[in-house]
Amino acid sequence: MSTPVLRVEDLHRSYGRGPTRFEALKGVDVEVRAGESLAIVGKSGSGKSTLMHLLALLDRPTSGSVELNGVPADRLRGRELNRVRNETFGFVFQQFFLTPSATVLENVILPLKIAGVGRAERKRRGMAVLEQLDLADKAKNKAIDLSGGQKQRVVIARALVNDPQVIFADEPTGNLDTTTGAAVEDLLFGLNRERGITLVVVTHDEELASRCDRRITVRDGRIEASATATATTAATGEPGRPTEEVAA
Amino acid sequence: MKPVDVVGSAVANTFRSRTRTILTVLAIFIGAFTLTITTGLGTGINRYIDQTVAEIGAEDVMTVAHQADETADDGPREYDPDAVAASGIGPDAPGAAQTIDPITDDDLVTIAGIDGVESVEPLKQVSVDYVQHEGGTQYAISVGSFIPGMELVLASGEQPDAEASEPQVAIPVDFVEPLGFDSQADAVGSVVEFGVTDATGAEQVVTAEVVGISEAGLIGTGNSASPNTALTDELYTAQATGATGQTDVYGSAIVTFDPELGEAATQALKDDLDEAGFTATTVEDQIGAFKSVIDGIVLVLNAFAVIALLAAGFGIVNTLLMSVQERTREIGLMKAMGMGSGKVFGLFSTEATFIGFLGSAVGVVLGMAAGTAVGDALATTMFADLPGLTLIAFDPVSVATIIVLVMAIAFLAGTIPAGRAGRQDPIESLRYE
Repeated sequence: MSTPVLRVEDLHRSYGRGPTRFEALKGVDVEVRAGESLAIVGKSGSGKSTLMHLLALLDRPTSGSVELNGVPADRLRGRELNRVRNETFGFVFQQFFLTPSATVLENVILPLKIAGVGRAERKRRGMAVLEQLDLADKAKNKAIDLSGGQKQRVVIARALVNDPQVIFADEPTGNLDTTTGAAVEDLLFGLNRERGITLVVVTHDEELASRCDRRITVRDGRIEASATATATTAATGEPGRPTEEVAA
Repeated sequence: MKPVDVVGSAVANTFRSRTRTILTVLAIFIGAFTLTITTGLGTGINRYIDQTVAEIGAEDVMTVAHQADETADDGPREYDPDAVAASGIGPDAPGAAQTIDPITDDDLVTIAGIDGVESVEPLKQVSVDYVQHEGGTQYAISVGSFIPGMELVLASGEQPDAEASEPQVAIPVDFVEPLGFDSQADAVGSVVEFGVTDATGAEQVVTAEVVGISEAGLIGTGNSASPNTALTDELYTAQATGATGQTDVYGSAIVTFDPELGEAATQALKDDLDEAGFTATTVEDQIGAFKSVIDGIVLVLNAFAVIALLAAGFGIVNTLLMSVQERTREIGLMKAMGMGSGKVFGLFSTEATFIGFLGSAVGVVLGMAAGTAVGDALATTMFADLPGLTLIAFDPVSVATIIVLVMAIAFLAGTIPAGRAGRQDPIESLRYE
């Protein structure tokens, strides 16, 4: 079996000190395999967002280890850590986090700008990714003038522009109606299937979670269940769709 | 992020909330505008002083007198019947009432023997009681000391001719009408009488031809009658009539030297004279004191302008703190995407510096326009009798200094919000609602 993209072992994360100390994660082990789609589900306050932040190297664990492609993440510091995050990860957020007054293209090329890519190259790659997502005609529009679904597609374009290994999607369909949400889901799973981009989705939407290859449920800082989608469907009694066989 | 992208993004961000940026820029503009005007004032006045010195054409002379007795600590000084009141160049020179040992003919020989002295002339001091024209009203007037090579700023007529054997005088423009002349042209060529009290208390009258009308100058030469050598001699003789002690002693002497030899040579000459017991003062020395006063005033004015800029600096702090607050999630996103804290700091401090640049550039440009307009207007009205005076003038170095100074203040102000932005935790920022 190949090295997992991300592996965390005995992960603890607590906030505060003394009597106000709050333990968000109480010993979590997760493996994210290359090319899979993984759903992290749980109620709000369960620790699922904390887990995603630790996986995305946005946060450092109180104890336990995080490995990226087999390399301990605590070896990465400062500039190197920023570079790895910039090149390896793409982010899709529920609230979009687009700069409203900037154009669609400017929003999309932000990661390239941060990476220090030249102006012409930025534009070329930005337009290429917008074309893939059928947004090329919106390139010069202001982000604020777009509909919700278009905004989320712009966000996905921004997550894709750096050609990332992993896309983290935090409630990607939370702010969208069912139809648009489904379109965005199709887009994300299409990228996962066709381009082999690993997808980590944080959600409390059962339907979205069931479309993933695998799901883990976080409750009170611990992993409750790790199962393939079929097993989950059986456990929750919900009608799930058949999923591809998962390499386990 | 490349530095050029940091600057580009910062500039773009500046215009994101336009009203707020404009108000902040306005505050800086007021400070920069004031600083431009006050600095321009200093530049203009000092430039005029330099021009005046050049116009006098007396860079090659220095006034030499005996050093004042250093008796201040030894109680009252003994009366010396030979002591004279010393005076520098021009009647308004400071220290005019100081009594010192007179310069004698022997002293003139000593001074002439000092290395670097080209020639030495005694400075004949005359005090005139009145001036009148054709028996009209008598007016009090001071008579300036004549310095070879001196050039008056004339309203009409010519310079008094130093070589002429006939007594000539240039009278100040203010005296033309009171003396009964119809115009300046009428005055030029006519004869005026000077009343002098001699040593016995009797009244002596000396006549002279008016050859020129002088404009009021800054250092006083134009405010008094300027005689040529012949008139000075006649007045001096009239004044000394019946005197017993002071005929051949003078308050000071005029030494001609070569200013081309440079500061060091001039200073060496001064030192030599100092060793021989004389004090030497060049025109520049006297004007230098004047310039110090101007510089002092300008410094105080500049300080007020800088205070205005510091207040504007707090405006920048406020504006950018709001901006950081508003853009919390954007900062969080950029940090999540791998933007370093240093770059985030750079982004916001560049924005502050750019705001400072905008304010200072607009302030300096409008300050120069307004200063030039006001200076020109004043030159033809209030300072019409001080030709050549541009009250507010600008030189590129001081203008550039103002812009750089304002940008530096803006950068310092920007470090507070930029530091806050740089320290922001990406997770907290992304959660921020």
